[in-house]
Amino acid sequence: MKLSLLQRKKVLAIVFVFCTMTIKAQTPAAILDLVQYKNRVEQKNDTLYVVNFWATWCKPCVEELPYFDSIATTYNNQPVKIILVSQDAKARALQVAQFMQKNKYTAEFFILSAGNPNVWIDKIEPKWSGTIPATALYKNGIKVDFQEGDFPNLKALEDFIHSKL
Amino acid sequence: MKKFVFSLLAIIGFTLSSMAHEGYHVGDNVIDFSLKDINGKMVSLQDYKEAKGFIIVFTCNHCPYAKAYEDRIIALNSKYAKAGYPVIAINPNDAEQYPDDNFENMQTRAKEKKFKFPYLYDESQSIARTYGAIKTPHVFIVQKEAKNLVLKYTGAIDDNWENAVEAKEKYVESAVDALLAGKPITTTFTKAIGCGVKWKK
Repeated sequence: MKLSLLQRKKVLAIVFVFCTMTIKAQTPAAILDLVQYKNRVEQKNDTLYVVNFWATWCKPCVEELPYFDSIATTYNNQPVKIILVSQDAKARALQVAQFMQKNKYTAEFFILSAGNPNVWIDKIEPKWSGTIPATALYKNGIKVDFQEGDFPNLKALEDFIHSKL
Repeated sequence: MKKFVFSLLAIIGFTLSSMAHEGYHVGDNVIDFSLKDINGKMVSLQDYKEAKGFIIVFTCNHCPYAKAYEDRIIALNSKYAKAGYPVIAINPNDAEQYPDDNFENMQTRAKEKKFKFPYLYDESQSIARTYGAIKTPHVFIVQKEAKNLVLKYTGAIDDNWENAVEAKEKYVESAVDALLAGKPITTTFTKAIGCGVKWKK
């Protein structure tokens, strides 16, 4: 059975759309070191950077991600930027990207791989014991707040952000 | 009257200081415990008459960091138990929220990995609280000094959870080597990224 050019194009288009819908992300998460992390979040502008430390396998982290995703939507007209900093192993960069895609999370994300945690934890926040989840707020180039532990609900996260908007 | 007032103040002082207790700091005397191991036997530090001290590790089944360190914990016991510093592993997690960390699964893991050290169940989480364990894995190295057990090091096992071969600072090994040599420990406290201890709700 011979297909016309138009029919062939239609078939190709359908197959293409089907493939892109079912294919998982092929671009792994970016991996940043501490200098790159600081350059990203310590920017001298009035944007409030809401930086969450999480990992795909961390149950309390994963449970609060929808709150961060919701903030990204609610505040999309305001200078608020959500950044999800994964503590997954570098070898899992692709899985991290696939996790974000599967859950349709739109926030910016990357893996922070900064060497010896005993050195870099204190460089981010000396009060931080190193457990995840943890959330930092940055504005005008400096850290303005930090919380270790999860947010029990969306309101708790909104209250945390509001105080620094 | 004076003795009475003094005793009263001492009791109040002691109570207040133990209420404010957030966990042990290096130099503190630590308490012994009686916790169930995977064979159902109760184990205490005082059972180890020949030991010079202990490498106490709060660890669990489910946490990827704990899993990444399992072989290193086994290696620490192989190296240091015969030198007088056996590993004592304690699972502090709430099994209700994390069934992977329940007693049956502890037994399975210990058998699979052929643990030659006790893997104890801190069911009430009171030992984890008293010691100040906040994540898994979390190490407390203690040394016997007369009738006391003194905390000498607390924190991470080394500086690279992802890759054992690339670990440069091996904190626990350095600390135990120093204790065995009668030298001061260079780094007595370190931080690590880890899964928080899963406290009962």
